[in-house]
Amino acid sequence: MSSFTERAVGRSVARKDGMGKATGKALYADDLTFPGMLYGRTVRSTIPRGRVRAIRRNFDADGFTVVDCRDIPGKNVIALIENDQPCLVEHEVRHVAEPILLLAHADRERLLAADVDIDYELGTPVLDSATSGVVFKHIRIQKGDVDARLAAAERVIEGTYRTGAQEHVYIEPNGVVAVPEDGGLAVYGSIQCPFYVHRALVTLLGDAVNHVRVVQTETGGGFGGKEEFPSVIAAHAALLALKSGRPVKIIYDRAEDMVATTKRHPSIVRHRTGVTRDGRLVAMDVDVLMDGGAYVTLSPVVLSRGAIHAAGPYRCDHIRIAGRAVMTNTSPNGAFRGFGAPQTQFAMEVHMDRIAEALGLDPVHLREINALRPGDTTATGQVLGSDCSALETLQRAVEVSGYAEKRAATDTGRRGVGISLFYHGSGFTGSGELRLASRAAIELTERGVQVLTSSTEIGQGTRTMHAQIVADALGVPYESVEVAQPDTSRVPDSGPTVASRTCMVVGGILQRAATEMRQRIGDSSPAEYFREHGSLRVEAEYEQPEWIQWDDETYRGDAYATYGWGCNVAEVELDPVTLEVRPGRLTAVVDVGKAIHPALAVGQIEGGSAQAIGYALLEHVVMRDGAMANGQLTNYVIPTTLDTPPIDVVLVENPYPGGPFGAKGLGELPMDGPAPAIVNAIRSLGIDVREIPALPEILLRASARAPGFAIAGQRKPTTAGR
Amino acid sequence: MQFTLNGREVDVAAHPMRRLLDVLREDCELTGTKEGCGEGECGACTVLIDGQAVVSCLVPFAQVDGRDVRTIEGADAQALQRAFMDHVGAQCGICTPGMIMAAMSLGPDPTRKQMQEALAGNLCRCTGYEAIYRAIGEAKRANRRTPLGVESIG
Repeated sequence: MSSFTERAVGRSVARKDGMGKATGKALYADDLTFPGMLYGRTVRSTIPRGRVRAIRRNFDADGFTVVDCRDIPGKNVIALIENDQPCLVEHEVRHVAEPILLLAHADRERLLAADVDIDYELGTPVLDSATSGVVFKHIRIQKGDVDARLAAAERVIEGTYRTGAQEHVYIEPNGVVAVPEDGGLAVYGSIQCPFYVHRALVTLLGDAVNHVRVVQTETGGGFGGKEEFPSVIAAHAALLALKSGRPVKIIYDRAEDMVATTKRHPSIVRHRTGVTRDGRLVAMDVDVLMDGGAYVTLSPVVLSRGAIHAAGPYRCDHIRIAGRAVMTNTSPNGAFRGFGAPQTQFAMEVHMDRIAEALGLDPVHLREINALRPGDTTATGQVLGSDCSALETLQRAVEVSGYAEKRAATDTGRRGVGISLFYHGSGFTGSGELRLASRAAIELTERGVQVLTSSTEIGQGTRTMHAQIVADALGVPYESVEVAQPDTSRVPDSGPTVASRTCMVVGGILQRAATEMRQRIGDSSPAEYFREHGSLRVEAEYEQPEWIQWDDETYRGDAYATYGWGCNVAEVELDPVTLEVRPGRLTAVVDVGKAIHPALAVGQIEGGSAQAIGYALLEHVVMRDGAMANGQLTNYVIPTTLDTPPIDVVLVENPYPGGPFGAKGLGELPMDGPAPAIVNAIRSLGIDVREIPALPEILLRASARAPGFAIAGQRKPTTAGR
Repeated sequence: MQFTLNGREVDVAAHPMRRLLDVLREDCELTGTKEGCGEGECGACTVLIDGQAVVSCLVPFAQVDGRDVRTIEGADAQALQRAFMDHVGAQCGICTPGMIMAAMSLGPDPTRKQMQEALAGNLCRCTGYEAIYRAIGEAKRANRRTPLGVESIG
């Protein structure tokens, strides 16, 4: 083996894609052109529910390719979990902006000017999740005897908490180019999960093509918004390319992207919690409702993760969590960083502050006595190991943020401070990783070593971090490791790039592949081996740790191999006249197991926290008649530089022995904590807010409730009764 | 239309009411300038016209007649680019060219507030802006030893 000893893991090495991005040379979907390329467009429904009676094309058909549901050679579905979502409407319309007809033309002006009239038979839409009679998925988690313990509890505290939809606002909208090639089809695009798109296209196109190839282009942000949705836009471009025989590009403009694509599931969570007078949680009864939108898409698994996290990082022997995801006539809601857990942990963490208020306890003390410790069991009965850091992150955050002094200084009624404690399961839930059976490979080349996975670089640093893991496991310089562009014809299926699994799970498979390669090449350096023997490819598959036990029927067992842990302290400043809340400094103490690349890890925490600050205070999806009414960046506001406070990140490294170099998942973790910490900071000013986004209107209503809310040790807010 | 593009005199035939963004990307094949929203909110399409940062999605091509246009491809921004690389100021990278063009107007040793104001029209959804401030702070450090910033990356 080579004598190379310098390690890459743990250092903030130069990211593989850094210069390409800083110089503008990196190529995104819209930067690609192909000879003879047409532009594609989707004609969409304008009603939330009904049937299509007639379609009239009021344009000169010259040069147009037109596709409707009859042009689909295979199955008219977007293949995912239930296959209930059609690619193109046949008769029934279930939401505004549902795709009905596809057009392509070489001239974009003519394409956009083409007028299509659609006659509908109107139906009555279901727009309120609480009254929906169609349940996509029920989940029930049961531990101990909740009813008996609630009945016997010294105090029972109840509450209902709401979270709104959230739009991903990746700065690059969805986009793909479909290109006919050798009897088959290649799709290049802004895609998180190339094999999801591959499977959807194979189902859609059937025997009409001899192969499908999906290639990820540089991707301008995903956050879950390019997890399942790209199958839809890719299907549309593919159908147009197949019919026209020419490359077809579809790039959404911002309005189409916001109105037609997925959003974070809105939620309503009810808590009923039995406690002792000194603050121990004795029984928790939790009801979770998520609005799935018009089709099943990923709602069952979003609900699953949300439900599993709904009891928060707390010890309690008697827990019941009942969850359901229901249909409404809106665009399907889908994957978004955190995947259900930000919603349920928002509810839990605000509820914890309400328990503290009711008992007259300090919110930190309440969390300290209830935080999960190694040896405790979670709601699903998972016994936690030494990689549990709830208490440590809590104590560090209190210390580094100066929480106690700031909390004591909230008397002015303007500056508040709040706290949240949270956790996030790494990788797919339960037996999900076993079913995925992900594979990853490394290959010797004349230049060095190449990493082959379907994990996508969407900004989070996949290429860099995978190269670091392989470099150290193989004992070669980081610079000699290249990472192949994900192309389904070249790379093994490493599972989707989601669920905080890319470092811990796929990185772990790569580490094993590299270790095996190191054994196989023996004393040679990779370059020597290549010169003597030619290329060598080693592929490894996910192996589940033997101790993991999970029962999908009862939802009992080890829900995740490990968890990331975090604590946020948020400061806010309230304008007593406008009731606007300005976020102040946010402290984030997070246990990531091992920071493979500290600067990337910090970047994930900072960026995720900023997205969560927007979720808490600014990002309001206004729904009108089943459609997003503010589908523009002018009136759907995400945090700008001026809205984003300083974010202090402290990384804690309590390793997970099963992760590469001890790493846990971290991408979603920062989405869970800031919203409840901010709302708890507003609550520290005496305003009874229980929902997000915490807009001034919400604060005004909450202030009106304030007289009944005034409790010992808390001043009535100056805004009460205005 | 005759104008100066990245330091070279050019003559580009395009409809005067087309968006400068489209003319740059399609007619001039300079795809480093990105479109994020098409309504002047996100700043991904920021370029310099006569040294001023503007959003090219809101500029009709006619307005660049006789002017000096700079895009990321021709920007004298190596120090910023290197620092964005070193400090992970770019994650997904789609806002990065616009962010760098907007940052070029900042003087040496900018304060956090000056950076926030200069970049207020440039949205980033990945970083929370902190790494961008670190990168710009490094690139604009008054006593930088070398303009190319060859300090070690680790």
